[in-house]
Amino acid sequence: MANDQGTAIPDAPAGDLPAAAPLPHDGVRRRDFIHIAAVSAAGIGGLAVVYPLISQMGASADVLAESSTEIDISAIQPGQAIKAVWRKQPVFLRNLTPQEIAKADAVDITTLRDPATLAERTTAGKKNWLITMGVCTHLGCVPLGAGAGEIKGEFGGYFCPCHGSVYDTAARIRKGPAPKNLEVPLHSFTSDTIVKIG
Amino acid sequence: MSFPWAQQYVPTSPFMRWMDEKLPLPRLIHGAVGPGFPVPRNLSYFWNFGVLAGVCLVIQILTGVILAMHFAPNAAIAFDSTEHIMRDVNWGWLLRYAHANGASAFFVVVYIHIFRGLFYGSYKAPREMIWLLGVVIYLLMMATGFMGYVLPWGQMSFWGAKVITGLFSAIPIVGTPLQQWLLGGFAPDNAALNRFFSLHFLLPFVIAGVVILHIWALHIPGSSNPTGVAVKQESDTVPFHPYYTAKDGFGLGIFLLVYCAFVFFMPNALGHPDNYIPANPLSTPAHIVPEWYYWPFYAILRAFTSDLVIPFTHIVLVPAKLLGVMAMFSAILLMFFLPWLDTSPVRSGHYRPLFKKFFFFGLIPCVLVLGYCGGAPAAEPFVMISQVAAIYYFAHFLIILPLVSSFERPDPLPFSITEAVLGHDGRARLAPMAAAATTPDAAGIAPAHPA
Amino acid sequence: MTRILGILVGLFFCFALSVSLFKGVYAAATDPAAPTAESVFHKHPRELSLASDGAFGRFDKRQLQRGFQVYKEVCSACHSLRLVAFRDLKALGYNDDEVKAIAKGFQVPGLDPATGEVNTRPGLATDYFPKPFANDIAARAANNNAVPPDLSLMTKAREDGQSYVYSLLTGFQPQPAALLKQFPDAKTPPNLHYNPYFPNLNLAMAPPLTAEGQVGYKDGTKATVDQMAQDVAAFLVWTAEPKLDKRKQTGWPVLGFLLFATVLAYLSKKQIWAGKHDAGEASAM
Repeated sequence: MANDQGTAIPDAPAGDLPAAAPLPHDGVRRRDFIHIAAVSAAGIGGLAVVYPLISQMGASADVLAESSTEIDISAIQPGQAIKAVWRKQPVFLRNLTPQEIAKADAVDITTLRDPATLAERTTAGKKNWLITMGVCTHLGCVPLGAGAGEIKGEFGGYFCPCHGSVYDTAARIRKGPAPKNLEVPLHSFTSDTIVKIG
Repeated sequence: MSFPWAQQYVPTSPFMRWMDEKLPLPRLIHGAVGPGFPVPRNLSYFWNFGVLAGVCLVIQILTGVILAMHFAPNAAIAFDSTEHIMRDVNWGWLLRYAHANGASAFFVVVYIHIFRGLFYGSYKAPREMIWLLGVVIYLLMMATGFMGYVLPWGQMSFWGAKVITGLFSAIPIVGTPLQQWLLGGFAPDNAALNRFFSLHFLLPFVIAGVVILHIWALHIPGSSNPTGVAVKQESDTVPFHPYYTAKDGFGLGIFLLVYCAFVFFMPNALGHPDNYIPANPLSTPAHIVPEWYYWPFYAILRAFTSDLVIPFTHIVLVPAKLLGVMAMFSAILLMFFLPWLDTSPVRSGHYRPLFKKFFFFGLIPCVLVLGYCGGAPAAEPFVMISQVAAIYYFAHFLIILPLVSSFERPDPLPFSITEAVLGHDGRARLAPMAAAATTPDAAGIAPAHPA
Repeated sequence: MTRILGILVGLFFCFALSVSLFKGVYAAATDPAAPTAESVFHKHPRELSLASDGAFGRFDKRQLQRGFQVYKEVCSACHSLRLVAFRDLKALGYNDDEVKAIAKGFQVPGLDPATGEVNTRPGLATDYFPKPFANDIAARAANNNAVPPDLSLMTKAREDGQSYVYSLLTGFQPQPAALLKQFPDAKTPPNLHYNPYFPNLNLAMAPPLTAEGQVGYKDGTKATVDQMAQDVAAFLVWTAEPKLDKRKQTGWPVLGFLLFATVLAYLSKKQIWAGKHDAGEASAM
């Protein structure tokens, strides 16, 4: 017997259907189709509702808008560093001494866990300005070494006291559990003294 | 539970058998809203509103828990955090409008549910406990709704909190300390806002608990029905699933259409503009009213304008303020006594000629008029009109119902639900033939029967 | 027993209400409420239709931009818009650079990074519109003892929002002679301005839009007072409900889907119930 829909419609599990007087076989099929369609529509509607309920937990428009910050670096002497805040996270801005630059350049990068040269991690012509996130790539603590008097670890860069990750003068991971170098955020120099992060 | 012909739960797979032994949840659902719950076959669409009220509660809890993730219950920033939800949180406008209009939808649905119960005598034996629990739910809803309205900390929020807690100051001696205790201060501020937020979060779960009791109590005698005649035989009932799951599904679709029309196209129609003005303790809105669902009771509160004094003296027996507060609370609390005020053995208003007249030409207009006056300015003629309507309100429940139930001669009742549906029992036996002759063509698809 | 108590309580409330009603009727008959200048001369706002009205309405972005210009050049001198950020202006059709330029044109509160002293700096896109006065006391002192309200939510915070804003802005006029004749005491006090669309008829705000061309529209629209009032009302509808377009755009598919699902639910219900309403068989289950 031909079905008017022209397609085969799978039978629903018998238990879901009203037990009534038996109908011709194709009659049962068409009736199933309505019930399946109705329940499917309810399911699709339910799934659609879930979308805003999940999406609302994402960063809101005001948080996403805080995308850039400008920092005056004119007061940072060679060998000093400051902490700034970008996206509610610390950023380390460090004015490297020539010795620190030389120390970073002397490393054979093939021996590194996360190979990168200092030049790759700084702006051309501004090699002394090492700008990195102050967020340990292990589990997110703030490493020591940027503030005055803080210990810089055995490689003279940063040292994370939480789990003992040690970073060198190019903020590359050298020892400890962290998998990556300190992240370099997107930044640009709008002038010799102002750096824009983000 | 309920009727001997209720379909027994039979686990269909080894897993379900295992589950049934360890945690018989499927068995519970089967008996509660499944094929194992026989329900009168003649329920009208008015019986959809119980399920719809449950849906509203779920909508409110879901959207409410999410709004609480973004809302800051602090008097300094509550208003701005609400606007932050509206402007910056992803889909925040939808969630807040769904919650605000969800409260209205909940009350619409519950009012229809209550008036259905009032007309069809659903409060009478053997269903008194269901009714009493329902009144408890309603009271909890009113408290929850009021505290929720305070949270955005707009002008109406603030002054609503002040006026409603002010009701308690009418109580002699302890009134003023009581109001200060409720607010945690002399006026609504951070302390009040924070406790209202905490309780507004808690009470819906208490409501959910009482709802479970309400449904449990319902399953003892089973649902009432438009004839009010008790279920006598299997042919009087159909299993809840699929008959009423399907009917409730359709009803839910209609409800959601109306609800979403409000949420998406007139989300502020039921709100008050003043609540978009941040709370200002130094300036009361010109026209202060609660949300619409409290208007009938607000009208009763305002209807008492004169102290009761001993005639020819100036000795005040009961001040007007206390009278208003007593009357407003009595107007709700008298619902608890309804099963014993209306003693007519006939449940359904259909078969009570006198009751029916008082219900449709007295109570319904009276409550609508009270609602209208409660939302209108506190000026004449609204005060006088609400006084007349309030007199009728109390007279209806406390005087007319007890007297009518004593003197009324009810119309003859049908023998059974089946008879009410089919005309008389005899026709039921002819039914299979009649059914076979009808071609089910509901889908609008050409009949597939080759005849 | 319950019934007897109930009847007694009912009689008590009915009696107390009757006393109130009687006294009210007596008072109304002997001492009817006298009309006031407000009750006689206050006018309902003139209807303002905007592109954003109705279920299919969408914002007219060019009008919003004009309205923003009116706010910026006229209203912002006294009225804050504290819930709106410059970044939000992208919804009016400005691109990122235009938004930054607009933000830069406003001075927002800042801190001197060297000394920590309070100062001002040019705005960033993430900043909110700055307040014209440091606090309510300063606002009150500068505005004849009235605080100019924040405008962010104005069209949602007043009955007939957009019509009210439009009517108020175009409704300044000399006090009618009939009013002074009927209510000699209701003469507009000095420093206040008569406006029949304001609830108590006299407001502290001087007519803000006074001359044609007060704002130079870039899109060639003639800046009549009426046009400027309409445009700024439209802009304030947007500031109060920036998600209006998205709300309606989401609403139609939702309603469409619900209608479809409801029809399916109805058909399903109808099939399940076939025969049960009128000719159901007793032995089916």
